[in-house]
Amino acid sequence: MSQAPSEDPHHIDVKEFHPRARAAIADPKIRQNFRKAMDGLISKRKDAFEGMDLEALRDLGANIRLRALANLPDLLEQLEKKLTENGVKVHWANDGDEACRIVRNICVARNAKTVIKGKSMVSEEMELNHYLEEHGIEALESDLGEYIVQLAGETPSHIIMPAIHKNTGEISELMHEKTGTDLSNDVEYLTASARQQLREKFMNADVGVSGVNFIVAETGTLCLVENEGNGRMTTTVPPCHIAVTGIEKVVGNLEDVAPLLALLTRSATGQHITTYFNMISSPRKPGELDGPEEVHLVLVDNGRSSIYQDDELLDTLRCIRCGACMNHCPVYTRVGGHTYGTTYPGPIGKILMPHLIGLDEGRHLPTASSLCGACGEVCPVKIPIPDLLVRLRQESVDGDKLNPAKVRGHGAKRGTVEALVWEGWSWMHARPGVYRFGTAVAARLRKLQPGQLGGWTKYRTAPRLAAKTLHERMKERDQ
Amino acid sequence: MADPIKVYPPKPAHVYFYATCLIDMFYPDAGMAGIQLLEREGIKVCFPEDQTCCGQPAYTSGYHDEARAVAKAQLGLFPEDWPIVVPSGSCGGMMRKHYPSLFKHTDQEAKAAEVAARTWELTDFLLNVCHIKLEDLGEPTTVAMHTSCSARREMGVAEVGPKLIGQLQNVNLVEQVRAEECCGFGGTFAVRHPEISGAMVSEKVDTLTDTGAKAFVTTDCGCLMNISGYAEKNGKPLAGQHIVSFLWERTSTGNGGGS
Repeated sequence: MSQAPSEDPHHIDVKEFHPRARAAIADPKIRQNFRKAMDGLISKRKDAFEGMDLEALRDLGANIRLRALANLPDLLEQLEKKLTENGVKVHWANDGDEACRIVRNICVARNAKTVIKGKSMVSEEMELNHYLEEHGIEALESDLGEYIVQLAGETPSHIIMPAIHKNTGEISELMHEKTGTDLSNDVEYLTASARQQLREKFMNADVGVSGVNFIVAETGTLCLVENEGNGRMTTTVPPCHIAVTGIEKVVGNLEDVAPLLALLTRSATGQHITTYFNMISSPRKPGELDGPEEVHLVLVDNGRSSIYQDDELLDTLRCIRCGACMNHCPVYTRVGGHTYGTTYPGPIGKILMPHLIGLDEGRHLPTASSLCGACGEVCPVKIPIPDLLVRLRQESVDGDKLNPAKVRGHGAKRGTVEALVWEGWSWMHARPGVYRFGTAVAARLRKLQPGQLGGWTKYRTAPRLAAKTLHERMKERDQ
Repeated sequence: MADPIKVYPPKPAHVYFYATCLIDMFYPDAGMAGIQLLEREGIKVCFPEDQTCCGQPAYTSGYHDEARAVAKAQLGLFPEDWPIVVPSGSCGGMMRKHYPSLFKHTDQEAKAAEVAARTWELTDFLLNVCHIKLEDLGEPTTVAMHTSCSARREMGVAEVGPKLIGQLQNVNLVEQVRAEECCGFGGTFAVRHPEISGAMVSEKVDTLTDTGAKAFVTTDCGCLMNISGYAEKNGKPLAGQHIVSFLWERTSTGNGGGS
């Protein structure tokens, strides 16, 4: 699904990163909306971890995720067995297309015409809404941010706060135009209006589709973290609940969930705990008054098992989708989420999307980083994001004969001229005599140094060569 | 899981000085200042003549074969077991953190790990190994400081610069907002993504000048080139220096290290 044909209006060409970045940077509204929101999230996160041993908690979180991944095949088997015992139907999907077909088939079997959705990034990855609409099934987002994005015909610009690119005024205008609410800057009023419209949809929806934050193998429990209550409504009001998630979301034991939850909510929104934390282990049991008749779990691979094959890339799958890496990313803050043109934007998108769409399609993603390391520093499960970016840069130019590239679409970025430049650079810098001679000559000829150096001098003066290199000065001094 | 704990060695009689290619060609004064500061602490400084570049530009661009060839040429420059001192968080980080993975499963693996383990960022070395005591001889002034991302996050020395400047009685150190945010240099990133890098450096220069300081110091010449270059091109009153140039100028009686 991610490689949708270009006539698909929902498809954004990943390769058009540069022009979109330029446009975003030139747009003061985008710049202000993201800067303000990210500054707020950074400060909330900091406050939320105040007084805690954050490093110890991050180590614990990383170890829990690593242990789960080390046992992933066994845990998935255990999970399927347990869920089946609990009466939850488990489905396996190789890719987004297959996952979409599974969801549709469940809907068709129930003669379902309307789907209400809780927040799910995996369903974005599947482009589920688009698929269901094409097949005559209405899918309505019930998370407020997702609802706004859906009204606007857009995709989420952030994995936790999908409509973060819009300010209150823009949201008010959008809701006025699409749903007839009054123009207002009163957030309470706008929220209440959306809530009222959604409430009716909940009551009449045939199926609820949600994502999952963690799945516990030993108990067969789907854990869902949310603030608005729409997740609880989605998973309890309609007669059928379909959860969709990636195969990497499984953990071994219930006790693994508490530290991960503590990290997730603080890292994501700076909350000690969210308003709702749903734990779903079965459909409605005989004698119970509420809950769906049917519960399904669709476990989506979509490139994950190929990431799993590589000891280094495997770390990508530790992610608990908190979004802290994008909140702290100086590039994301400048260009916003839509610039990336991918389901997952920001640092996590840069290391995850190349596996989902191929490194040929996503070859610009790993370059869009100054490797400042802010993402790796805040990651609650200590994913070495900068190291993975360097790894993917190497893969995209086939740059390491000792460790041949293996990601799908590798080598697509290797250009003859660039490769020659680096070969020449390497030849010179591996030969000290040549280097000393070359740099000394450059110092002599520094008056001839070009004043224009492409992108560098668009914003800065050119660096000026010194009259003598340090090598020369040290040699003179020591004589 | 956690980053390896830094164990500072006792103050040695000798060190190797690995100057970095940017200092060699563009900021040799900073290299001289660093060497003179170490010598004033009673340390004999060896400057290996055959040093060129740590290999980082090719490494971060993905050209690891080319980076490895250059890095391999550096590994043989430090035969004695003396500390290797680097006036850059970025190049220091390349050697300390990335050499071991670059040479993994090669016959240089042990050598690379050994070189990595005795590589130190210069200001960290001055403060925590030499236990330097600075006496400020300069006029009262106000400066801001930008710690490079690699100095902050790879070498873990964010506290060091402010502590060193804190020893200078006549210097008022002011902190810019979002001090920990990248200046937008990022090596080839600045050329590959000029608009993004330009937006980052313009905000960095704004936050630095908003402090009221007319000058800033930094741990890394990449950041220096970026921030000063932007300030100069856009007529912002902000002069930049490598932190060791600043420390040497303020504490030396002659003008041996001055620029």
